[in-house]
Amino acid sequence: MSEVWSYLVTNGDDVLTALVQHIWLALLPVAIAFVLALPLGALVHRYGPVRHVALTAGSVIYTVPSLALLLLLPGLLGTSVLDPINVVIALTLYSLALLVRTTADGLDAVDPTVLQAASAMGYRPVRRWFTVQLPLAMPVILTGLRVATVANVSMVSVAALIGIGGLGQLFTRGFQLGFYLPPIVIGLVLSVALAVVADLLIVAVQRRLTPWARAGAR
Amino acid sequence: MIEFESVTKRYPDGTVAVEDLSLKVGTGKITVFVGPSGCGKTTALRMINRMIEPTSGRVLIDGDDVTGRPEAELRREIGYVIQGAGLFPHRTVLDNVATVPILQGVTRRDARTSALGLLERVGLPANLGERYPSQLSGGQQQRVGVARALAADPPVLLMDEPFSAVDPVVRDDLQQELLRLQSELGKTIVLVTHDIDEAIRLGDEVAVFAQGARLAQFAPPADLLAAPADDFVASLVGRDRGFRGLGFADGSEITLRSIDHGVDGLALEVDPDGRPLGWRGADGLLPTEGTFRDGANLRTVTDLVILSPAGAAVRVDAEGRADGLVLLEDLAGSVRSQQRERLAALAMAEEAR
Repeated sequence: MSEVWSYLVTNGDDVLTALVQHIWLALLPVAIAFVLALPLGALVHRYGPVRHVALTAGSVIYTVPSLALLLLLPGLLGTSVLDPINVVIALTLYSLALLVRTTADGLDAVDPTVLQAASAMGYRPVRRWFTVQLPLAMPVILTGLRVATVANVSMVSVAALIGIGGLGQLFTRGFQLGFYLPPIVIGLVLSVALAVVADLLIVAVQRRLTPWARAGAR
Repeated sequence: MIEFESVTKRYPDGTVAVEDLSLKVGTGKITVFVGPSGCGKTTALRMINRMIEPTSGRVLIDGDDVTGRPEAELRREIGYVIQGAGLFPHRTVLDNVATVPILQGVTRRDARTSALGLLERVGLPANLGERYPSQLSGGQQQRVGVARALAADPPVLLMDEPFSAVDPVVRDDLQQELLRLQSELGKTIVLVTHDIDEAIRLGDEVAVFAQGARLAQFAPPADLLAAPADDFVASLVGRDRGFRGLGFADGSEITLRSIDHGVDGLALEVDPDGRPLGWRGADGLLPTEGTFRDGANLRTVTDLVILSPAGAAVRVDAEGRADGLVLLEDLAGSVRSQQRERLAALAMAEEAR
């Protein structure tokens, strides 16, 4: 325990940098994927044939091991192997694969009679989508977002294996030092804490955005 | 007035939902479309607010073709009540009711204020306003649905199986409420139902749709009961149409006897104020099983006569004092002449055609 503390005192700056980078590398892809998943999920929801293609593509992406993807991307994109953009793109793809599916599921779950009632009240399609359909799909979409966020926080660690920052660097350092525990423990605790905090934040947003979803559970 | 001019709806797969429908829905009246499922009644209703477009023919509101107006704009001026209410689960009751005024540009604040008044109008306490639909009972949701449809004060109200999803007791309440509201508001209402009893109870006029999208009969409910156009309508109306038809016949023409008139060894006993207490006989005091007032229909009177241990219905005045008796034999005479008049009227109508 004291070793962990002294490691923190000596390498505090490195740990902090790794944490900040971890946050960026994990959350930026989720944010990008979330924005992209809305139109794509809507497309999948709307058009039957697109559904099959998109969901199959998503499953295929998910089966590609993350390390392989991180090594493949520089070759495909012409980026440097050490460029963090590879991580961002790889994780965006994973998140997208998950979020397109949950967004479509969320939209599918909206009661069609409610949408019909909205049209009958005189909603035009765009306004109906943003003020009725999307809010009603939110509980399912946000549940998907929670899964994607937690998964990303853990997956970013892999990036350290190819020399990109994040808390994963603390693991690799521990191994390089002959299974020296302090950096490994610190990396583990911070990474779990980050996942928990991010999850709680999304839950807080969810409670704020969808108070009605809880009202039903009498 | 809403007019259907030889309206046909044919789907690409060849299914014909409505075929050559022509009828006129009177302004300020409740017109009911009734028939078995798949008879095209809902399709016909939805062509009024352009939820469905006719393949051929026209639907006119006050002489104007509905297709001449942008859908959204048209719909905001036509109230719509859907089966199971179709409320927005993510909005409170007040915000649900305020929907259409807000779409029309009224501020949320003003729309919510008038929504509060509408809740009262449909018989809901104001404290339900901040609840979500899932926190209400089915009957309450349906009332909110009606309030939402009335919020922009539309001249026309479309109701698609509005009371099908609630239990019979609640349905009865909602039907009464609708009739009360209509007596205050005088909207042009088109209501779709598969329940012939609901149609007869609520409709000023009833359009009976048969399988194959055919309009079997379009008439006031009394005529439907008195003279079904064909076997299909007769079977839909049911076996006891004779008795139910009495509900539309005036009960005030029956001979009235004095309250001292003894019946089969029983005599009516009244309290010092003249209110009926029961029938006094050898077995003691028997109940009257209810009373009726002037203006009651023949069905009510007949029911009382059947229930009464004396075979006589007791009429009371506005203060509840007994002021006359209707005896079984007088009732029989009245019903008999009623049916003869009905048949004579039918024959006249037949001749006129």
